[in-house]
Amino acid sequence: MGGSASQLPRDLLGEYQELTFLTKQEILLAHKRFSELLPKEERESILLKRVPKSKILTLPELRANPFQDRICRVFSTSEHGDGSMSFEDFLDLLSVFSDSATSEIKSHYAFRIFDFDDDGTLDKKDLEKLVNCLTGEGDETRLSESEMDQLIQNILEESDIDKDGTINLSEFQHVISRSPDFASSFKIVL
Amino acid sequence: MSQPVTLCVPESWDGASLDLSLSDEGAVHSSFQQLLQEQSTEELELQELTPGGRENPAAGRTEDWEEPEPRGEHPDFSSATLRIVASMPSRTIGRSRGAVISQCYNRTAKLRRRSSRPPLHQISRSARPSLRQYDLELDTGHVEQEDTQSLLVKELQTLSSSQRSHMLQAMPVSLAEKLSLRQELGGHRSTLRKPDRSRRPLSCCGQLKHDVLIGFRSLWDGFLSLLHSLQPWHHSLKQIGGRFGSSVLSYFLFLKTLLAFNVFLFLTLLIFVVATQAAYPPAAENSRLFTGLELLTGAGYFTQTLMYYGYYSNFTLNDPCTPGDRSCQPGKGHLPYNMPLAYVFTIGVSFFIMCILLVYSMSRSFGESYRVGSSSGDFAIKVFCAWDYKVIQRRSVRLQNENIRTQLKELLGEWQSKSRPMSLCRRLGRMVVLGLAWALSLGTVLGCVVAVYYFAEHMLKVHQESQARGSSEARQEAFLLVLPMVVSLMNLVMPYLYNLLAAWEKQESPVLEVYMAICRNLILKMVVLGLLCYHWLSRKMGCSEEDKCWETSVGQELYRFVVMDFVFTLLDTVLGELLWRLILEKKLMRKQRPEFDIARNVLELIYGQTLTWLGVLFCPLLPAVQILKLVLLFYIKKTSLMQNCQSPSKPWRASHMSTVFITLLCFPSFLGAAIFLSYTIWAVRPSRTCGPFQTQETIYESGKTWVQELEKSSPNITWFTWIHQHLVENTFFLFFVSGVLL
Repeated sequence: MGGSASQLPRDLLGEYQELTFLTKQEILLAHKRFSELLPKEERESILLKRVPKSKILTLPELRANPFQDRICRVFSTSEHGDGSMSFEDFLDLLSVFSDSATSEIKSHYAFRIFDFDDDGTLDKKDLEKLVNCLTGEGDETRLSESEMDQLIQNILEESDIDKDGTINLSEFQHVISRSPDFASSFKIVL
Repeated sequence: MSQPVTLCVPESWDGASLDLSLSDEGAVHSSFQQLLQEQSTEELELQELTPGGRENPAAGRTEDWEEPEPRGEHPDFSSATLRIVASMPSRTIGRSRGAVISQCYNRTAKLRRRSSRPPLHQISRSARPSLRQYDLELDTGHVEQEDTQSLLVKELQTLSSSQRSHMLQAMPVSLAEKLSLRQELGGHRSTLRKPDRSRRPLSCCGQLKHDVLIGFRSLWDGFLSLLHSLQPWHHSLKQIGGRFGSSVLSYFLFLKTLLAFNVFLFLTLLIFVVATQAAYPPAAENSRLFTGLELLTGAGYFTQTLMYYGYYSNFTLNDPCTPGDRSCQPGKGHLPYNMPLAYVFTIGVSFFIMCILLVYSMSRSFGESYRVGSSSGDFAIKVFCAWDYKVIQRRSVRLQNENIRTQLKELLGEWQSKSRPMSLCRRLGRMVVLGLAWALSLGTVLGCVVAVYYFAEHMLKVHQESQARGSSEARQEAFLLVLPMVVSLMNLVMPYLYNLLAAWEKQESPVLEVYMAICRNLILKMVVLGLLCYHWLSRKMGCSEEDKCWETSVGQELYRFVVMDFVFTLLDTVLGELLWRLILEKKLMRKQRPEFDIARNVLELIYGQTLTWLGVLFCPLLPAVQILKLVLLFYIKKTSLMQNCQSPSKPWRASHMSTVFITLLCFPSFLGAAIFLSYTIWAVRPSRTCGPFQTQETIYESGKTWVQELEKSSPNITWFTWIHQHLVENTFFLFFVSGVLL
């Protein structure tokens, strides 16, 4: 770890530690894992490079996750919208998914991840895509039409407080606050 | 009309509690009143990043940071993100749920009513396409902005740097933006202050405080990094979580917690009791030879070693003066060590500290898992919170998909059936079945208890007979193994019977099923343990005239129980998991593997820990045995899990069940052990021939004698004896303290 630690300046490490929920060890480990995703010649200027989404998705922690595309898209600050991530985006991801992140920041990002069409609310189509991600992609694993409709109707009934047919961030966070298991399941550790 | 939103700074900011829910009501700052007035006339709130607002405003405690933003001045910020974040009602109002909800309603209604959408101002680096569709009004009203900006600046100046960093941490914006914000903050702060102030050095107190804080912080960082590197089994736990999810992981985390408790207990006893006694061994030599059987029976060679109570001296170690000689002063290099006092105080204090630790972890776990709110909302919670991101193996992800699908279908089925209430006949039938099942389980408990009692008596008689007959020591001690074996066998077999009973009962809710199983197993284990405690203490009463060291024999019994528990857990793993999987695969040709029964395994851990706590007084090295057992158990269970099991298909509320387990560890288990210990210390007569308390009436008397001697030797510290008399001896105080802790 000595080599990679020398590439990450100490004051920057301290800043990252203060601005995210990660500890120094986690940041250094993230640095190591991120540099492994870059080709050898680019590893010196790790802070300036962006790793394409396809490489990020080779990480074992994200490889089999059904929300992998959404996660990359939400955390990426790329101007082209291609889901490529810089090192700081990667740290952002790990910080939100870390042990010490607050439940509110987790629920905020969970909302963004579930918002498949990026319109700021969870409408029927978003919920349908969400349930399909949860139950699996194959045809035989999906719920039937009627079950899906009933399920979405029940969800909206339970969580849509202002009855506008969509779930916005506050309503989402209200639902999440009732589940104590959310924070412990919304975790990815390197 | 745009309106920058000022932020409420709660009066009492608690840095430690970072995790707040919508149900909290924060204090509302006075400037906030103005905000409420303004908002009532506003159509849409808009965050402006003020030039003066570089310092982190505190919105609530660690809420999303609403950051005013100057239009055009700092195009680097994704202003839209910040605006959206800022406009969230839970962030703008003091956290009352009603206000949030109403705000939410107003906002969405307003958004929908809005017909014309002005084009978005140029946002150079917003990567979040969602924001481009947002209705953002960028407009005039600079004058208003200035006013609110100055208000904001005033609020920000009241913030300390730690508050600021907490706010930055909790902001849901990208790290790059936070970094640039921080730079702005640092750059801006110097311009906010008077120019000469930045050149003037901080006062000596300020400088000292600053240095001390920096020093502490780096020390704390170093300590945390040490802890992190010392974390055992990090990779194994990640592997288990990756394959089986949080539910099975909670068993292994519980095991780790127990290991931590035992390490603490062992280290305390090692330092204060065992090591000092080892340095001054008693005169009598160990007459027995080591044969392998000792590892199982704990008797034989082990009887006269550090392991048991009987080995420890009842006088002051390293004391060159005889007890009656008052004028003797210990010379240089002689530090007398009062063994009996050390023995009883170490055990008492370590139990007390463990009680505090247990209650603390129980309350913390309870706080994390308890949620106020209606019980409805199952569907939404299931869909939003069910996915376990820890699971990373492809096969396990597929399994998780299947499980969630099954659970959703079950929930839908339940929901549909709820609309059709059960007929009276069926309800009556269910009550009868339930009643019968409970009667059966309680009956079996009673039967087991009676059986154990008579068996214990019988074994005692057999043992005494064999002693009278003069058969070999090894044979005698082998007889002693039978009782632990029978009890462990019972603990192994009965849970399977209870599972069968539960399958016959067919509970509708799987959560209730788990609770019932836990209840039945717990009742069985605790009643049997209670009976055994009574048996041991009463046996002592029976043989008080004999020249035997009853404490050592009780310690040996407990050692045997711990070892047998381990052996039978191994047997259970091999039979229940390995053999069952082979049967399922080879004979029955089913693809399904056995499931890891979390509740049963955790109860076994709790049972083993109770035995350890019961036995600490009589066998100070028992925590070491337990540590070894737990470490071996971790690897054995992990291997068996990986090879033989699949993840549980029923939903398992991990944090809730963790709370239940730690509560069970605290209440029947630790409390029972503490009561047993207290009774032994206060009311039972120690044996005359061995141990640190040979000459006393009760173990507690040694402490009392010490206090009296202290009083005699130096009458100035009567306050200490007064404390001792009134606080420690007064049970009311103990109850009060435990009530406060709880």
